Amino acid sequence: MKIVECIEVTKTYQQGQLSVRALKDISLEITRGEFLAVAGPSGSGKTTLLNMIGGLDRFDSGNIIVDGAAYENLSQSQLAYLRLHKIGFVFQAYNLIPVLSAIENVEYVMLLQGLPASTRRFRARAILDEVGLAGKYDRRPAALSGGQQQRVAVARAIVSDPAIVLADEPTANLDSKNGQGLLEMMKQMNTEKQITFIFSTHDRMVMEYAQRLVKLRDGRLVNDESKN
Amino acid sequence: MRGIAVGMVKNGIITLTGHIQIHHKGYRIDPSIENSMTDSRVVEKALLEKLRPGANWVRRVRVNAIANNARHSNGVTLVGIEPQAEANVSFIGSAVFKGRYLRPKDENGILVGEALLKKFETKIGRKLVLMAQNTKQEIASRAFRIVGVFRSEMESTEKQFVFVTRSASQKMLKMGESISEISILLPEGADIDDLTKSLKSTLPTDQFEIHDWRDLLPFQTAYLRILDGFMWFWFLVVFVAMGFGIVNTTLMAVFERMREFGLMKALGMKPWWILRAVLVESFVLLVCGMIIGNSLGFLSIYALSGNGIDLSALAAGAEYAGMTRIIYPAAALKDVIVANLTVLLLGLLVSLYPAIKASRFTPVQALTHI
Repeated sequence: MKIVECIEVTKTYQQGQLSVRALKDISLEITRGEFLAVAGPSGSGKTTLLNMIGGLDRFDSGNIIVDGAAYENLSQSQLAYLRLHKIGFVFQAYNLIPVLSAIENVEYVMLLQGLPASTRRFRARAILDEVGLAGKYDRRPAALSGGQQQRVAVARAIVSDPAIVLADEPTANLDSKNGQGLLEMMKQMNTEKQITFIFSTHDRMVMEYAQRLVKLRDGRLVNDESKN
Repeated sequence: MRGIAVGMVKNGIITLTGHIQIHHKGYRIDPSIENSMTDSRVVEKALLEKLRPGANWVRRVRVNAIANNARHSNGVTLVGIEPQAEANVSFIGSAVFKGRYLRPKDENGILVGEALLKKFETKIGRKLVLMAQNTKQEIASRAFRIVGVFRSEMESTEKQFVFVTRSASQKMLKMGESISEISILLPEGADIDDLTKSLKSTLPTDQFEIHDWRDLLPFQTAYLRILDGFMWFWFLVVFVAMGFGIVNTTLMAVFERMREFGLMKALGMKPWWILRAVLVESFVLLVCGMIIGNSLGFLSIYALSGNGIDLSALAAGAEYAGMTRIIYPAAALKDVIVANLTVLLLGLLVSLYPAIKASRFTPVQALTHI
C-alpha cells in the first residue's frame, strides 16, 4: 500500500540572483512499513526531499501525496494538521524544546492534538520506557546525552502513531555506538509497529540498515535499490 | 497635569467663587455698586427650597476699593462677609494664620493678606483706610483696624482681597441690606448643572443672573479644555513611542524564538495558533505592565497626597500660569480608563505585525533562521 507518492517534484531556491534547482522531477513511491534511506553527497537534495514529503516547505511543481492527501491543494493549516497527525520528525540537531523536560517534550505533540493530560502522561511514559529512557522523564534536554536526546526525539516522533517518520540525518551528531543503538531501536519499531521510516543520510551504517536505498545527485534521483 | 488642573479649579472655587453665584442682572459686565441686589429675599427663598443638606450659601458685598495707610496705597477688592457662614463656603474661614478671624458684630476689624501686609509695611493692630464709591455716587472712606492676616494659595489673592463684616461694608457704602452676590458651595458629587438650570427657571431672569464656576472662572475652564486636548496629544506622543517599543520588543522576541516557532510548526502547530500565542503573550505582558504602572502611579499619588508637590520656590512662575503653590497629584477615572484601554488596544494592535510575521514563516524558513 502506497503511503508516499512523489510525482515529478521540482524545487528551486533563489540565492540572490542565482537559482539553485534543489530537486529536479523527482518521482518516488514508498509503501507502508518501508525502512528507506535517501543518500547522496551534500547539496544533493536529501533534506529538501524530506522537507517536501513532510510538508515543511512548498515545491514549485509536481505533487506529493501522503496517505491519500495531495499537498498541491492543501493550505498551510491543512499541512500543519497532516504533520500533527500523520508525520513524525526526527532532526539531526534533535530540536527538543530546551525548557521542557523529556516527558513534556514527548507530550507536546499530544497537547497540540488536544488529548487529555492523563492520556498524554500515560502514553509519554510508555514510549519513553520503550526507547530506553525509563526514569529520565523529568530531565531537561541539557541533562541528557546526545544519544538520549535523539531517543526523546524519536519518542516524540512516534508517540502519536504517525503514518511515516522522517529522520533527517539522525545519527550525524552521534558516535557510532549511540548511532547503532538508535538505528536498532528504529528498526525494531519498523518491524513491530510497521511504522514507515524515511531517512536522509550519508552515514554508511544507516545505508546498511536500510531495506531500500534511494540515491540523489544534484537534485536528481540516480539510483533506487531494494535489498530484498 | 490632572493634579495641576484639579488644584487650579479647587482653588478657584474656594477663592470666593463657589460652585454657583447669583448676581443682579448686569453685574458680571459692570460689577459696580449700582448693580447690587437690593432685595435678595426671593433668591434666599428659592435656595432654602432647592438646596440639599450639605450645601452652603452666603451673601457678600464685593466692591473695588482703594486701601491706603500712611505710606502706601493699593487697589483692592473689599469683601463684606458674614463671618460664620463664609467659613463654610470659602477659604477665608481657615486662612487666618496671625491675629484672629472676624466676629459677627465686628464693625471695625479687617482681614488682610500676608502679601498686602508686607507691601504696606504694617502689622496687626494698625489702621487701614478703605475708599470706595457708595450708592450715592460719592466716595466713602473708612478706617478699619487690622485684626487678622490670611494666607492663600496665590499671592495675588493675598494682595487683592480685604475682608470686613457685611454689615460694616453695607454701612460704609450706604447700601442698606443690598448685597453684591450670593455664592453657593455644593457638596461633592452634586449636580451643578441641574441646580443652575433649576435656579434659572425659578428666579426672574430680568432681575438676576446665575452662573456656575465654569462661567465665573473662564481661565481655569479654558485651561481644563486645553488640558483635555493636551492629554490626548500627550497620549498620542507617549503611545506612538510605546507602540514602536512594543513592536521592537515583540519583533525581537519573535525573531529570537524563530527556531522554536519553526519546530512547533513542524510538529503540527497551525499558523493561527502561533499568531494567537504571540498575541496572548503580548496581552499578558501588557496586563502585567499595566498592573505595575497603575500601582506605581497610584502609590505616587497616595505618597504625595499628604504634602503634595511644593512649588513655593517657583511661586511667581507657578502663579503666573495660574497654578497653586502646592500641587496635589490627582487621577481622573476617565484618564485611567482611557490610558489603560489605549495601552491595551494599541499594544495588541502593534503586536499583530510580529505575530503575523511569526505565523507566516514556513517551518523550513523558521528552522533555518539564524
